[in-house]
Amino acid sequence: MVQALDYLKETASQTAGPYVHIGLTPNFCGIGGVYDTDLGTTMVSERTLGERITVSGRVLDGTGTPLKDALVEIWQADAAGLYNSPSELRGAADPAFSGWGRCPTGGEDGAFRFETIKPGRVPFKDGRPMAPHITFWIVARGINVGLHTRMYFPDEAEANAADPLLLRVEHRHRVATLVATGSAPSYMFDIHLQGEKETVFLDI
Amino acid sequence: MSDRADRKPETGAFFPRDRNWHAPALTPGYKTSVLRSPQKALLSLDGTISEITGPVFGHSMLGELDNDLIHNFAKPGESAIGERIIVHGRVLDERGRAVSGALLEFWQANAGGRYRHKKESYLAALDPNFGGCGRTITDEQGFYSFRTIKPGPYPWPNGVNDWRPAHIHFSVFGHGFAQRLITQMYFEGDPMIWKCPIVNTIADRRAIEQLIAPLDWANTIPMDARAYKFDIILRGRRSTLFENRMEGN
Repeated sequence: MVQALDYLKETASQTAGPYVHIGLTPNFCGIGGVYDTDLGTTMVSERTLGERITVSGRVLDGTGTPLKDALVEIWQADAAGLYNSPSELRGAADPAFSGWGRCPTGGEDGAFRFETIKPGRVPFKDGRPMAPHITFWIVARGINVGLHTRMYFPDEAEANAADPLLLRVEHRHRVATLVATGSAPSYMFDIHLQGEKETVFLDI
Repeated sequence: MSDRADRKPETGAFFPRDRNWHAPALTPGYKTSVLRSPQKALLSLDGTISEITGPVFGHSMLGELDNDLIHNFAKPGESAIGERIIVHGRVLDERGRAVSGALLEFWQANAGGRYRHKKESYLAALDPNFGGCGRTITDEQGFYSFRTIKPGPYPWPNGVNDWRPAHIHFSVFGHGFAQRLITQMYFEGDPMIWKCPIVNTIADRRAIEQLIAPLDWANTIPMDARAYKFDIILRGRRSTLFENRMEGN
């Protein structure tokens, strides 16, 4: 016999279902009066430091049809490359920027849209700088475990070419699935759940 | 931030997700997954600072009725119809450590199994006093609780005659974005749990059982509300004793 490791098991994920907007963006789906505003709707205020950008896109299924019942969250560093989180030990992030946003996909075209700032660079575990990026998390009916991915910037070719995560993508043509299109200040980032253009999703 | 100012922040990477414990992406018995499941392998990477960090939500953002679904949408003096229940428990990580300051958001159907949503087509009646959403934040020891009515089961278009067992959806933030989780809580003794194609996307029976909240008689409030206890486990994280130090430093 040996000592027991006695770790617990993570609670299993279940799909967010067709009505995730009721729970996470109730005002968006017509349930008013419970919360003043939907969380994560506004990321940037007048006091936020950094270059204003918008990131918009769609989440598409295997037939290319946009999902209208998905929810997208993003998480990113501030303009100086610091996260507004207790686990950020390298310095104090911009107090006027939480770094977190949430947007339902819906409406006619199923688009999401974030008004945010361009993140600064943050280091990989070995100290190499990663290219500027935004972390994405996608849930919806039909998605059993929330999907993690990242968006990189098309105007950062040099940084992208040396990015430790992008360098790990074996099939090089798939790197493009992690890079937005457009240019400052308006970027587009479509997320393909499957098919030829399937986005690289992360187990991270 | 002030909620855990006295705590030393942890910076270790998270334990890898056990992908055999969670449902796979493609589960044909749950038809919607067929066209929404990635078919290429996930790119595996030990967490970086972009995933070990995460947003903080302060208790000050909560409204007085946010954790009371019986009243948070009801007209003054009225309340939602249904079996009154308390749902409570702890948020821990895989090491058994309390996760303080965790934002929990929950949503559910009303007592008749009807959601308040324009796409909902079930003929069960809406309850004018029930919205169906609520939220709370765990305390320093990871405890949370909220009050609601027991949701009803309902039919859904998947197989010809598929029904969802009564359930409450949970969205959970931990201390790192890698811990982000959405799941569903079921109720002890419901025979419909084992017939549900969404429940059965999970292969391991123990993982399903961990989603079933037992009736908690000890915490049941006499003449008021029965209690169900639902603990939520988030990914653990490594000790950083030998990490975060570059070679030669």
